[in-house]
Order: sequence, then structure tokens, then C-alpha cells
Amino acid sequence: MAVLRVKFTKTKRDKLAQVLWILNWISVVTGVILFSLGLFLKVEINKRGELMAERDIQYVPNMLIAVGLIACAINFLGGKICYDCVDTTKFLRWKLIMLPYIICTFFFTFCVLVGALMCYSMHGELEESLDLGLTEAMRFYKDTDTPGRCFLKRTVDLLQIHFQCCGNNGYKDWFQIQWISNRYLDMSQKEVLNRLRSNVEGKYLMDGVPFSCCNTNSPRPCIQQQITNNSAHFNYEHQTEELNLWMKGCRQALLEYYVHIMQSIGLAVLITWLFELSVLTGVRYLQTSLENVLRQGDPNSESDGWLLENSFMETARTNLNIIKSLGKNNQIDTSNNGDPNINVPSTSKAHYGPDNVPPKQITEDS
Amino acid sequence: MVVMKMKFPFQKRVKLAQGLWLLSWCATVAGATTFTLGCVLKTELRRRAEVMDNADIHIVPNTLMIVGLASLGINYFASKICQDALDAGRFPRWKNFLKPYFAASCFFTVLMLLAVIMSYAMKGSLESSLKIGLRNGIRFYKDTDTPGRCFQKQNIDRLQMEFQCCGNNDFRDWFEVQWISNRYLDFSSKEVKDRIKSNVDGRYLVDGVPFSCCNPSSPRPCIQYQLTNNSAHYNYEYQTEELNIYLRGCREALVNYYMGLMNTIGAGVLSIFILQGSVLVSLRFLQTAMEAVAGKENTEIETEGYLLEKGVKDTVMEYLNPVLKFFLLTNQVEEGATTSGATPATT
Repeated sequence: MAVLRVKFTKTKRDKLAQVLWILNWISVVTGVILFSLGLFLKVEINKRGELMAERDIQYVPNMLIAVGLIACAINFLGGKICYDCVDTTKFLRWKLIMLPYIICTFFFTFCVLVGALMCYSMHGELEESLDLGLTEAMRFYKDTDTPGRCFLKRTVDLLQIHFQCCGNNGYKDWFQIQWISNRYLDMSQKEVLNRLRSNVEGKYLMDGVPFSCCNTNSPRPCIQQQITNNSAHFNYEHQTEELNLWMKGCRQALLEYYVHIMQSIGLAVLITWLFELSVLTGVRYLQTSLENVLRQGDPNSESDGWLLENSFMETARTNLNIIKSLGKNNQIDTSNNGDPNINVPSTSKAHYGPDNVPPKQITEDS
Repeated sequence: MVVMKMKFPFQKRVKLAQGLWLLSWCATVAGATTFTLGCVLKTELRRRAEVMDNADIHIVPNTLMIVGLASLGINYFASKICQDALDAGRFPRWKNFLKPYFAASCFFTVLMLLAVIMSYAMKGSLESSLKIGLRNGIRFYKDTDTPGRCFQKQNIDRLQMEFQCCGNNDFRDWFEVQWISNRYLDFSSKEVKDRIKSNVDGRYLVDGVPFSCCNPSSPRPCIQYQLTNNSAHYNYEYQTEELNIYLRGCREALVNYYMGLMNTIGAGVLSIFILQGSVLVSLRFLQTAMEAVAGKENTEIETEGYLLEKGVKDTVMEYLNPVLKFFLLTNQVEEGATTSGATPATT
């Protein structure tokens, strides 16, 4: 009982082969697109590498790049095979390779699906990495004289300007760290000394934010210092003021940006997966119909194509038996004393010469 | 006095026609590229239209777009003509079309060259337009509650951050303008009243700049206010401080940006101009060579091709005379007419 049996005339087979040839070349193009999407994601993650703590997020773009390259190779081979399938004599060249090729491609489509699902699962790791990375970056904001960290101020400022965000969760994160370097603090002033003594770690904390937090949409000039002090500024109430600084936290802004990219990439990979699966189905039909034609002998006759020769359960059972017996090659059969030839009826017709008389059995005692 | 006579045997004519067909398709693509470049330039100019006083500079992208569209048509007809050129039966139907076609093609090709020259010549006009536009933008920076001007603050802030510049000529332009609105000034405070009384117009002037002038590459947190007062900030000297705020003026930044863009586009359009010119010259040679074949029995004879039948001056007069007659009133005394006095020339 074959699964999804379809009858194929000669013209239908030829058309199927030609269509599959074109589809395989389109799949090569989609493989290239997958590769470039993976490369794009890798570049985007590396661009903000200074703001991300060490976490295992590089596996997603690496997987996409690998899948893209393998898809190109597999579909290139598939295109060559389908091109040759129009001619039954050329098909004989590929006959033995086609079934392993189809099995490999089937497992490969699983990899494509896994790649698509990974794009959606990266969310949690990325959030954690961004959280830690941004906290570190804000802590070292003032260290513009320390080698290795001197560009962190510029990076954080440009990030806040470009993504329209402030701090890690919100602008209040800046109140808890010292973001003005000691080089620019006048230690002889009383106000500075008071602030330094007001907390355990001796940090110069203030209720102010860097200029990059300023919102360009604000109708009034930016209020950066003494943000929580309503009386320091005329006509200002910090609880209701929303347009003065960027309200969004940079972790959320970056997360939204990357999730958006990965959702688009995930969608593209899913569509590629469906396309690959349909091409694979076509190649399977082509293979089975051509094999049946060869079995029947007449290359111009009609033949059947199917997905599986027997029903799904039987195919699974036979394959499992094959896999089981693969492991049993070196095992000794302990029944019959290990002699495999005992009790095997002789089915071969021995030719005993022109009379066809079996020789006399020589007994032991004569 | 024939201009540039060349001999064309049959094989050379065939090769000329084939080469011209290929060349005209390349020129069609080039024409589409010209149109696209014109669109790109126009879009970029429109993006900063709020800081430009007039739209005179838009003549450059408009010309490029017109020339791009015209060259699509010119090259389409060129390919059709050279396809028919080798067929002696089909070529004569183009006879009447060719003279106005060449006139129009030459006009548009020269227009292409003019567009490139204009893009360099209009630098002064662009600069003065930006000067006035930026000055107005800075003046109306504080008027975020006036309809029609409420986005000036946003535009100027974004412009200064994107182009890394401050003010019109430089950051000192902000010292001469009140850029903090009266809505946010506490008029009961003594300091505010002193400042307002300190100048004739009653404006609140500070030696400070908006936050968008701040340079992110500075190692220290941005100093926006009391810029000229060294004692107001620790370890600060404004004469030597270069990294604190952007020192470049926005007019200079914008002019450099647009001139760079127009230089790149101009280089591309010049090469397209050379391509288009070669298409027209080849077509002219093919036309004159094929015209000499017409009417002969043996179509494979060697003929001569030329650019202009008469000299340059005579050809120009030949084309311009009908145009002049159309536009000018020439005094003509008609034969047989008894009335004296000017009669307008009939078209």
C-alpha cells in the first residue's frame, strides 16, 4: 500500500524533471540568501559586541551560515541530478546515489527547521547578555583614560543617541553610578567632598544624566542636572515630564531591535524550509517513477511514483530491523551450537552426472 | 566643406550597425541611471529643505531627471534605426524623422553637460541659501509653541547631531540668539532680569549652546553652559579645548556634503554623456553611409559617411533659421503688395 501514489506519463516525468531543475537553482539562490542573512546577523551582533557580556549567542548566526552553504551545495547537486533525469540512460549514472541523497536532504531540512526555531529561542540569552554588558559599560563610562575602555563613553553616548534610550532599565540607572571622572572633579570644593562622603564607596553620585539621554522632541532646552529637584528649574515637574529625556531603557531598545531582526530572519528561514521540503517531495516522486520505469523495461511507458513503497508503519519496521541487524554482524548465533549450516534444507539441485544418480553414502564402519 | 568624411565598406557598415545596437542598449541603461541619480539628489536636497531658504539648487536634479527620461527615448529610437539600417527596404521610412531627431538628441545631450557644469556653478547659490536658512532655524529654535515653527528645534538638533556641527559659522552663533524660550525663564529671578537688561533688544543671551552641539568623543562630560568662563569648570580652558563641542559650522558641513554628492554624480553623468555622444556620432555616420546606398542596385558598395554636410556654421544657421523665423518679426516686403510698412512674417 504505497503512500500517495501518483501515475506519471513520460511527458509528465520530463516536465517534472525540468521544473525540479529550475526549482533546485532557485533553492541555490535561497541558500545564498540564508548565508547572507546569517552573515548580516553576525555583523550586527559584533557591531555591538562591546555592550554584550560573554554569552553563547554566536551559535545562531554560525548555524545559519553553515545551513546556507550546505543548502547551496545540496541543491546544486540536486539540479545536476534533475537535469540528467530527463534522459533514462543518464539517470542510470545517478540511480545508486539518489536514495542516499534524498535521505540526506530529508535530515538536512530538519537542520533548517532547527535553525529557524533557534532564531526565536535566542531571546532569553540575549537579554541576559545585554543586561550584564550594559551595566559594565555604564560603570566604565568615566574611564576614558584607561586603555581598553577609553572608547566606551563614545560607544554608550552614540548608542543612547541612535536608539533613543537612556540607561539600562531607565534613566535612574545613571543616579547609582559615578559617571564623571575624578580628573574633572574639584576635590577642594566642599560640595564635592560632601557628595563623596555621603555614600559608603566614596562615589560622586548625582541626580544627573549624560547629554546623550536628552530627547530631541522636547520643547524646552534639555534638563540634565538636578533632574529630581523641581525647584531647581522654572516650570518643571519631574514626575509628569516625559519629553525631557528618553524614557526607554537601552536594554529594552536593543532587545527589540535584535528580536525584530531575528523574527524576520526566522520567517525567511521557515519559508526556505517549506520550499526545500516541496523540492524534496518532487525529487522523491521523480526517483520512484524513474526506478519503476526501469523495472518495467519500456522507457516511454507510464509508471507509478510514490513517497513510500509500503505504508508508513511497515517502512518504519523494516528500517528499524535493518538498523538492528547492522549491529548484529559480529554476534555469534548461540542456537544450534553455533553452526549456521545445521538443519538448513538443501534446496540446490545438484547435478550428479548424466545418470543423475547420487553417489553411495560411504558408512563409517566399512 | 564636409566635416569628418570616412569611407565605409559593406563589412564596416554591418559592424557599425551591430556595435551601435549594443551601444544604444548600454546607453538606455545609462539613461535610466541618470534618472535615478537625479531622483537620489532631489530626495537628499528635500530632506534638508527646512534649512534651505530657496529651492534654486533643485534645477540640477530636475535637469538630470528630464535628461534621463529623454535619453531613454533617444536610445530606444537609435536601436530601432540601426536595426533597420542594413535593410535597404526598411531604412527609407526613417528619412523624414532623422533631422528633428538629431536636433532633439543634440539638445538633450548638451543639456546633460550643462547639468554637470551647473552642479559646480551653483555652489555659491547653495551656500547663501543655507546661510539664510540656518540663520532662521537658529533664530526660531526657541519657538516650539508657534505653529509652523514648532519643529525647528527638533530639526536643528538632529541636523547638528547627524552632521557633527554647531551653529551657522561656528558655535558662537548661539551666543547671539536667545534660544531658551521665555516660557522656561523665571522672571522673578535677579539673574534673569540682569541678563535681559544687559542688551538693547531685551533678549536672554547666554554663553551656552544646546545639548546637540556636544561631541560624544570628548573624554569629559559635556560642558554646555558658561563656555567662555574658565573658572566655572574645573581643569577647563576653552581656548585650547577642542573635543568638548563640535567646532565645525553647519553651513560648511552641509555644503561639503552636498558638493561631495554632486561631484560623485557629476563624474557618473560625464561618462554617460561621453557614451551618449558616441551613440549619436555613430548613428550619424551610419545614416549618411546608408543614404549614399539608397537607390543603388548593388547594396554592398563602399560609401562615404560624414558628420556634417556643410561646415559647422552653415549647419547651425540651417537649423536656427526656421526657429528664428517663428519667433522674430522680420520685415518682409511681399512681392506685389502695394502697402508699405511691416507685415508680420507668416509662420
